[in-house]
Amino acid sequence: MRYLPLTDADRRDMLAVIGARSVDELFEDVPASARLLGKVAGLPDHQGELEVERTFQTFAAKNVSPATAPFFIGAGAYRHHVPATVDHMIQRGEFLTSYTPYQPEITQGTLQYLFEFQTQVTLLTGMEVANASMYDGSTATSEAVLMANRITRRHKAVISGGLHPHYRRVIETAARWEGFSTAACQGDADGLEDLIARVDKESSCVVVQNPSFFGHVRDFTRLAAACHAVGALLIVVVTEVVALGLIKPPGEMGADIVVCEGQSIGNGLGFGGPYVGLFATREKYMRQMPGRLVGETVDAGGKRGFVLTLSTREQHIRREKATSNICTNAGLCALAFTVHLTLLGEAGFRRLAELNHAKASELADRVSSVPGIELVNDSFFNEFTVRLPGPAAPVVEALADRRILAGVPVSRLIPDDPAMENLLLLAATETATEHGVAPLVAGLKEVL
Amino acid sequence: MVQSLDRSQGRLGGVTAGATATPATFTGNRGLQLEEPLIFEMGQPGRCGVDLPEPPKAKDRLNGLRRAGEIGLPGLSEPQVVQHYTRLSQKNYAIDMGVYPLGSCTMKHNPRLNEKVARLAGIGDLHPLQPVSTVQGALELIDRLAHWLKTLTGMPAVAMSPAAGAHGEMCGMMAIAAALAAKGERAKRKIVLAPESAHGTNPATAAALGFTVKPIPANDRGRVDLSALKAALGPDVAAIMLTNPNTCGLFENEIIEISKAVHEAGAYFYCDGANFNAIVGRVRPGDLGVDCMHINLHKTFSTPHGGGGPGAGPVVLSAALAPYAPYPWVVKDGDTWRIAEEGASVGSAAPLGRLKAFHGQMGMFTRALAYIMSHGADGLKQAAEDAVLSANYVMASLKDVMSPAFHGPCMHEALFDDSFLKDTGVSTLDFAKAMIDEGYHPMTMYFPLVVHGALLIEPTESQAKEDLDLFIGALRSLADRAKSGKDVEAFKAAPQFAPRRRLDETLAARKPVLRWRPSNNPPEGDPLKQAAE
Repeated sequence: MRYLPLTDADRRDMLAVIGARSVDELFEDVPASARLLGKVAGLPDHQGELEVERTFQTFAAKNVSPATAPFFIGAGAYRHHVPATVDHMIQRGEFLTSYTPYQPEITQGTLQYLFEFQTQVTLLTGMEVANASMYDGSTATSEAVLMANRITRRHKAVISGGLHPHYRRVIETAARWEGFSTAACQGDADGLEDLIARVDKESSCVVVQNPSFFGHVRDFTRLAAACHAVGALLIVVVTEVVALGLIKPPGEMGADIVVCEGQSIGNGLGFGGPYVGLFATREKYMRQMPGRLVGETVDAGGKRGFVLTLSTREQHIRREKATSNICTNAGLCALAFTVHLTLLGEAGFRRLAELNHAKASELADRVSSVPGIELVNDSFFNEFTVRLPGPAAPVVEALADRRILAGVPVSRLIPDDPAMENLLLLAATETATEHGVAPLVAGLKEVL
Repeated sequence: MVQSLDRSQGRLGGVTAGATATPATFTGNRGLQLEEPLIFEMGQPGRCGVDLPEPPKAKDRLNGLRRAGEIGLPGLSEPQVVQHYTRLSQKNYAIDMGVYPLGSCTMKHNPRLNEKVARLAGIGDLHPLQPVSTVQGALELIDRLAHWLKTLTGMPAVAMSPAAGAHGEMCGMMAIAAALAAKGERAKRKIVLAPESAHGTNPATAAALGFTVKPIPANDRGRVDLSALKAALGPDVAAIMLTNPNTCGLFENEIIEISKAVHEAGAYFYCDGANFNAIVGRVRPGDLGVDCMHINLHKTFSTPHGGGGPGAGPVVLSAALAPYAPYPWVVKDGDTWRIAEEGASVGSAAPLGRLKAFHGQMGMFTRALAYIMSHGADGLKQAAEDAVLSANYVMASLKDVMSPAFHGPCMHEALFDDSFLKDTGVSTLDFAKAMIDEGYHPMTMYFPLVVHGALLIEPTESQAKEDLDLFIGALRSLADRAKSGKDVEAFKAAPQFAPRRRLDETLAARKPVLRWRPSNNPPEGDPLKQAAE
């Protein structure tokens, strides 16, 4: 077995040093009734690289790769070009095969890039502090609500109908089992909901998304003021972080906590994970944050260095009194984010955002020119909603049969709501080309 | 906004040298140990590491919310970015470099085949919301891994979506809460029992769900004190959270009695599967009476730790808890795979909800499955045995100079207390830091909490005997030096040869600096601040 260095001779020598006759003796604490004799039944034996790789190629061949088809799917995960440098850097063994930086003297590499990451996140969101990443956007959102509950000592979260439906369900699951309540609005396809009327003195927070799940770009400055007037926090969720290159950051709208899905920068689609959650807040709430934090300090020789800090918030120190049960972050995905954003820099990030917006704006014009299709949005970044003359799900299926990946029918994420049935979400990033748009428009004309 | 360095004058030229350490070199570098600024101290406006086309002219639809002013991101070219992150990488220790004996973390070899297959077109680039007809192979892959996990654990069901071990704990404990709620016992059973040696995530998870955590003491053999456990069980107990093999690296030999007593009291048995790697192929947790257990794919099945994630924490469930598994899951109808999501027909099931957007950590599933298939049933068992053998070999080879915490064989990790350092003036921390100068990552220190000054060594199955022998030799030498009483100052000053000496963690916590700002220049004494004089 290529991964196991010990030879039979090594094993014999080691047993002799231990003073055991066989390895079975080392397992003598296992109750006799639970000892397996031989191997676990019904599973194959080891295989070489070639055989394993072939199996995975067989899996891959049964899927339609987005690289081989016109592609317009978003809804919380976006297809962007990731520079080759990013994947090269994250596959360096010193990053890939290192643990959580608990020994800072020999993990300055990880600690420094996380410090850079935290700084980048504050700049994008317009916030004061950020943590070293969360599992993903959805779990980060749920943690943000829990944090708002801790800060306000209240137990009701108001949830916008523009929030990604999966995110809403993740919050509702936490609410159900961790003991708080939620007031969730109906799917806000038109982007016209009035949340100011819904926030009250019982509310710990209002959770909104910008751009919304349906694509609308909104200003939440007045909502932030309304929240603060009754002692509630405003949580702004961004599922397409590239938007922050072009739109006013949540920090400038008065947000108290900003969470983002960071997948778009540096991380491939990967069928849904692993992704990277960004989490930023105001300095005054720093000690209520979940997750790991990297801070600057000096070493015994006076040199600048970085360490994990404020860990008295965390489970390994505080146990049942921790701010969260979270142990890991998404270190390597955060590295991918940081390397990609560093390559982009100010000029590249802004241009990438402009490019996304322009491509989506063009797509909206082209698609809404198809008879029977109506553009729902007045505003959007790189994703928008259209209303079809009939249910969207069969249209998407029919186009998939033509090898066109034509967006997400809203009914997949919000089932059982007739108002959602005809709605289709379409996204265009910098990867969209005329070779994709033309077949989409032609295909829509055919199947409608 | 972005400040730059004048390299012709040395790092941050013109700034007065600090009073402390003066670097012996112009650059502050020492051979291959390179000092590296932050990206924010390197950027220049006008530089960019990507080439993007001019955006086409199109209608602006931003609702008047265009971002004003600079974001403040530095501009670097591609070669600068490559050099910067390569230099940073060289400040890290990693499994790829050698023995990484971090107990309870399982730093085993990360095969590159797993990285390759995770990136295949048609796997790594799939969108989670593509039409289900276009991702049939992906769903089959998830189901194949699920089959292995269920078979290896002897459990009938598995929830695949939890993103990490702690997230898996949350999933398992929510399933228990859901089962209690279904029986009308959620309000009555408020206590969760956990051994004093438990991972911190266990009490944190239980507390988050509104349970009160009651610690169970260990006996003098490092196992759960069965009589104390029985005394604590009652109609108010919801569950026990128990790691097995436990955090002392020992198999709970009374595990069958424990699970029987827990079930007789009407409670559930949550097994923390962090140490499943010690017993894969030799013991099926289902045979021990476990109701649910998370599996850290990044430990047992070697998905890379990546400097602290991403992980993945699928949870295997007993028949009693299976109906409460969270959305989504994969279903096979005839020859077609589909995803059971909210609103889809799920029969009489009462899922606990949703833990995460989309379908789970697919990238980790792919890597774990490649690892599992490469090992096969025979290789997984051999890996567990080699891990246990290596830990016992390390323990046997050190027991005369260090102090094993318990008698008898261990499982995959060897636990020592600090009694061998008594009266030497050298602490567990000093000892661990001295290992860095010998070229090793230290073992886990001060965990589990039940052992004084704990040193927990997990060599894993990935090290050759020659490398274990060198490692053992280094530890023996350090133990002898510590006991000689002559080298205390050297231990206190360790590490001396690492990219950094000991860092001031108190300062970091007292005056938190969590981001770069134009004003926070490197401190006095930092080579980045030294002028070339």
